[in-house]
Amino acid sequence: MTARRLIGILLAANVALVIAGWVFVPAAAKRAGSGLRVGLVFDVGGKNDKSFNESAWRGLQRARDELGIHVEYIEPSEGSDRESALRTLAARGVDLVIGVGFIFGPDLERLAVQFPKVRFAGIDYSPSPGVGDLPNLAGLQFREHEGSFLVGAIAALVSRTKIVGFVGGMKIPLIRKFEAGYEAGVRHVCPTCRVLSAYAGTEPKAFADPSLGEALASAQYSKGADVIFHAAGKTGDGVFAAARRHDGRAIGVDSDQYEAAPCCVITSMVKGVDVAVLDVVKQVIANEFRGGLHELGLAEKGVGFVADERNRHLLPIEVVTRVRALSEEIVTGAIKVPDR
Amino acid sequence: MIETLFSLAFLTQVLRIALPYALAAMGGAITERAGVIDLALEAKLLFGAFAAAVVGHATGSPFLAVLGGLGAGMIVAAIQIFCALRLAADQVIVGVALNLLALGGTRFLLQLFYGEGANSPPVPTFGSSLLGNPILWLALVAAVALPFAIARTRWGLRLRAAGDRPDALVSVGVSPVRTRLAAALVGGALAGAGGAQLTLAVGGFVADMSGGRGYIAIAMVILAGWRPQLAALACVVVALAEAINIQLQVAAVGIPSELAQLLPYFLTLAVLIIAGGKHGRPPGSLGKL
Repeated sequence: MTARRLIGILLAANVALVIAGWVFVPAAAKRAGSGLRVGLVFDVGGKNDKSFNESAWRGLQRARDELGIHVEYIEPSEGSDRESALRTLAARGVDLVIGVGFIFGPDLERLAVQFPKVRFAGIDYSPSPGVGDLPNLAGLQFREHEGSFLVGAIAALVSRTKIVGFVGGMKIPLIRKFEAGYEAGVRHVCPTCRVLSAYAGTEPKAFADPSLGEALASAQYSKGADVIFHAAGKTGDGVFAAARRHDGRAIGVDSDQYEAAPCCVITSMVKGVDVAVLDVVKQVIANEFRGGLHELGLAEKGVGFVADERNRHLLPIEVVTRVRALSEEIVTGAIKVPDR
Repeated sequence: MIETLFSLAFLTQVLRIALPYALAAMGGAITERAGVIDLALEAKLLFGAFAAAVVGHATGSPFLAVLGGLGAGMIVAAIQIFCALRLAADQVIVGVALNLLALGGTRFLLQLFYGEGANSPPVPTFGSSLLGNPILWLALVAAVALPFAIARTRWGLRLRAAGDRPDALVSVGVSPVRTRLAAALVGGALAGAGGAQLTLAVGGFVADMSGGRGYIAIAMVILAGWRPQLAALACVVVALAEAINIQLQVAAVGIPSELAQLLPYFLTLAVLIIAGGKHGRPPGSLGKL
């Protein structure tokens, strides 16, 4: 065997592995029910990230079980081509292609033009400059700042040191929305509280670096913060590790992250990605799919916070009552939450 | 801000950040001194981290998890040597191929073992005290013992000969391939331990969690003139700068974080230029058979 052949084999094996990781079509892909074919591409982190992607996955599973659709999904790895994942699904004749994450924005725009018969939906999609609404591309946005405002209020009410922290993933306007809402929530109930803030980086890998998240959160706990809210994807795993180590409190994001650290996660700012995915599938089935931007906030139950039996020992009932009242004020417009 | 930089907590943080970099860099330095281009550090870190998670989760023991990391690093090194020396493949390409294989492969294995595409189940850790972490002691011992072993032992002499003049080794009846394999296995074990630290620091494996640290490590090896102790030191400087960057952000002194993130690279270059990288030179037969 020559060296060249071996390299060829290694590369082929690699490509095969990448593709195997991609087209892991679930075995139980039933063709009953509506028979609609829905394809979904996950963001960095993958479908079981206990966070954002997992929420989308839950929505897709519900759609499969309740609406009887046929489901295909792809989990691209870091460094592989996301656009080709979307394109693969579109070219296979899927009826609806969903891209989970802001990062798919430009790809969705390009593909929506190239495949006018396929409908596309982008979670956290915001249009690129100069791109108008496309009839077959729905952008599902969340008013994360509203939910973040509520967990900011919780953090300030629970904090003993009157110092709270924020750890963001990639420094982009989307994550700034979380930070701005959180800060506003803290200040609303505790004008003298301090917010320590840090970001993991300026590239997409800032959402997948738990070691760095651990270091950032440790620094904040050492500086006196006793509650930290993260909006950092898998980097947030490091925030929970730091919370365990420092016996601090943490606030999860996107999904209910209580399981990640039952000692420390007092609540989570949940984003109804699952509801959004389920809704868009329903709209396609009912022929009510509309392109353009759709915003989901507190009023639409697109965002919120977790208060249930599991986190009751960490979250006093009077705090929950107070924050529910704040939520009402935001819905009625009495409180305006900044988003930048 | 200033007093923070001299606190024990800060020192601990620097060391925690430095460990994966430094172990990978020392591993890379050994492998390269024996004459093999070691671009596969990223793969050794990532597979090491993954194996640590699998073993740690299965056995419940962080010590065995570290051994798992060591073993995975050695296996990657063995494959690398087999391709590079036995099959005479281009060493740069072997390294890049292994790194790509690690990206896709760990995800594939995650899916296979746990039915998850992104992270492993929780793994027990060594607790909060850094002094109770054997990976730290491994790194310290390596930083002291490796330069001594390279300069003063028969193993070191042969290793240097394999890197500079493998024909000289052949003339005295020693196989350069075996010498290089031994060096690469030691190097792979060190890098694998660095990977185990990544997993144990956060209590689980996360896909792509090495985040390019292997590439930084190999850059430090080159900047440090292929001397493992200096390469480790350079990595501590990288970690120091990263930790300062973190403190700058948390202290909110108004320096843009984008600028602060340049600090590690800037500081490392500055230190190595001052500390005299000019004495280092690549092994004479680096990348050749």
